[in-house]
Amino acid sequence: MSILIDENSKVVVQGLTGREGQFHALRNRAYGTNVVAGTRPGKGGENVEGIPIFDTIKDAVSETKADVALTFVPPSFAKEAVLEAAFGGCKLIVCITEGIPAKDEAEMYDILKKETDSLLLGPNCPGLISPGKANVGIMPHEITLPGNIGVVSRSGTLTYQAVHELTKLNIGQSTCIGIGGDPVPGMSFIDVIEKFEKDDDTNGIVMIGEIGGTAEEEAAEYIKKNISKPVVSYIAGVTAPPGKKMGHAGAIVSGNKGTAKVKIQELTSAGATVVKTPTEIGEAMKEAISG
Amino acid sequence: MDLFEYQGKLLYKEFDIKHPNSKLVKNLIEIQESVELNYPIVVKAQVQVGGRGKAGGIKIANNHEELIKYSNEIMGMDIKGHIVEILLLEEASKILDEYYISFTLDRSEKKYLIMLSSKGGMDIEKVAEDNPDDLIKHHIGASEELTEDIIHEIIGKAKLNQEYTKSITDIIQNLFFMFVKGDCDLVEVNPLAITDAGVMALDSKVALDMNAKYKHSYFEDFEKEIPIPESEKNAKEKGLNFIKLDGSVGIIGNGAGLVMSTLDVVAENGGNAANFLDIGGGAKAETVSAALEVLEADKNVKSVLINIFGGITRCDLVAEGIVEATKGKDLVWPIVIRLDGTNSSEGLEILKNNPNEKIFIEESMDSAARLAVERGA
Repeated sequence: MSILIDENSKVVVQGLTGREGQFHALRNRAYGTNVVAGTRPGKGGENVEGIPIFDTIKDAVSETKADVALTFVPPSFAKEAVLEAAFGGCKLIVCITEGIPAKDEAEMYDILKKETDSLLLGPNCPGLISPGKANVGIMPHEITLPGNIGVVSRSGTLTYQAVHELTKLNIGQSTCIGIGGDPVPGMSFIDVIEKFEKDDDTNGIVMIGEIGGTAEEEAAEYIKKNISKPVVSYIAGVTAPPGKKMGHAGAIVSGNKGTAKVKIQELTSAGATVVKTPTEIGEAMKEAISG
Repeated sequence: MDLFEYQGKLLYKEFDIKHPNSKLVKNLIEIQESVELNYPIVVKAQVQVGGRGKAGGIKIANNHEELIKYSNEIMGMDIKGHIVEILLLEEASKILDEYYISFTLDRSEKKYLIMLSSKGGMDIEKVAEDNPDDLIKHHIGASEELTEDIIHEIIGKAKLNQEYTKSITDIIQNLFFMFVKGDCDLVEVNPLAITDAGVMALDSKVALDMNAKYKHSYFEDFEKEIPIPESEKNAKEKGLNFIKLDGSVGIIGNGAGLVMSTLDVVAENGGNAANFLDIGGGAKAETVSAALEVLEADKNVKSVLINIFGGITRCDLVAEGIVEATKGKDLVWPIVIRLDGTNSSEGLEILKNNPNEKIFIEESMDSAARLAVERGA
């Protein structure tokens, strides 16, 4: 097994006719992912290398039974596209688009949560891959290896780095997920870790965090209470200059949280193995699952 | 992007939020003869740093003579490294009561957060710490409306003067409208004051969400008025995400997380990064050249570490960029390179075929950082 996507997932690509959308959709298909449709208003009836284009998600879903949407549309249309995918029946929406205004993200999140049961990954994320089964997004599949470790990260390139360290030691992955680093991400660390815990084929979890926000602290609390599988974690930004605070309001909201030091402390006390450099992730996981 | 106070107040004007009559002064000649404002007038230094009041950057002038005196004193003043180049003159009003209000996004709740307090005009962080009950927090979902009922409820909880409920409600509604429709990351008013001239926003602390630049033409106008450090200007023009730091190891990487992590690994190995430089996803040859040029301007740099993990970025293109930027050049510092991920073997091949005695290739992020620290020592 794996989480969220597998060989049975049927993917519809929003913005398939764009440069990025086309490049990655074809790459995903070449990897074995079921890319069944694309959407682009006004281009229904056409196709991209055999992938049929529909005007709307609704049409695409009723014709192809697509259940996962992969979104590449520009920031100014992204909110509408994600909502269309959710109301059109896609259970998982993977939004790669970078640069969406925070208000649009917050609004999109609120509507999805209240009115649908669709899950949103991203925005501004690299997507996810279940090695050997399906790749939905922009991750380089070459560095992955089918196996039993779940990887979740806020940063794109650090996800790759972590996966690479595992693969180098012949430790495969069940699913690798980039949740994105935007102000209002759809799925959080907790949402993903919860699924890894329930997944029979995941034996251990790698969680890559970074400074800012409180998502890692919240995940630490969750891990302490609910996670029985070994967790290896790395937090980037120990030496980064303190980010700007959002006025006094920001300081009051975040309190003393958000620093790498606090995140590392809380994860350690939750029982996770926190490594100092990404290079150590592979060895640490090897030890964690053998013990 | 953090705005100057006067820029925030231009937005107040746009969104019909009552604030004092004012005049912006960039050259003191403008006020030599007289100003069309009623005394007393508050002279306020326009700097993007807190604590200007304590530093002497705010004075009240009761007549023209005082106005000239204080304006002369404040203009050009150095407040924590920020030189005052703009003054905001405002009619002072008689303050009856001072409140605090702010609007921001609470990332962990994924909702908007309104904070309101009757203890305005003072250090609100201290209020939050010492008397948390005096700071009312209200979350609101981004697809919900801020209704009059909700506002009345929080005004009641914060124990604001009930006599002014109507005017306070109006100003809160307009501030919230500005926060949402104006794509602000933050709107903070301290104090929101009851004065003899009505309820007014006396100060403004506003930050804009630059992802929404395409929605509002004035974002760019504001951006032009905000000074950027000389060291970061060049990088910004080239579209690179660059932050100057104090160390001597120049850093180039792709992806913010990886670059941040590179800084840490350099520190682990006993060095200090000279900068944060993210060439982003899909970086091409010219981006790498531009990044190396930016580092050349920093005299503190003693060695350079290029750390690339190819995802969308192809390592062969990065390698071509490095060769193009360094070929036949007498390099000022040694460059240590680590390439991994998409097309890394092709990339390494390109580097090997174009040897340069000052370019070193390392396999892991850790060993590359160690070597860069050593070479720069």
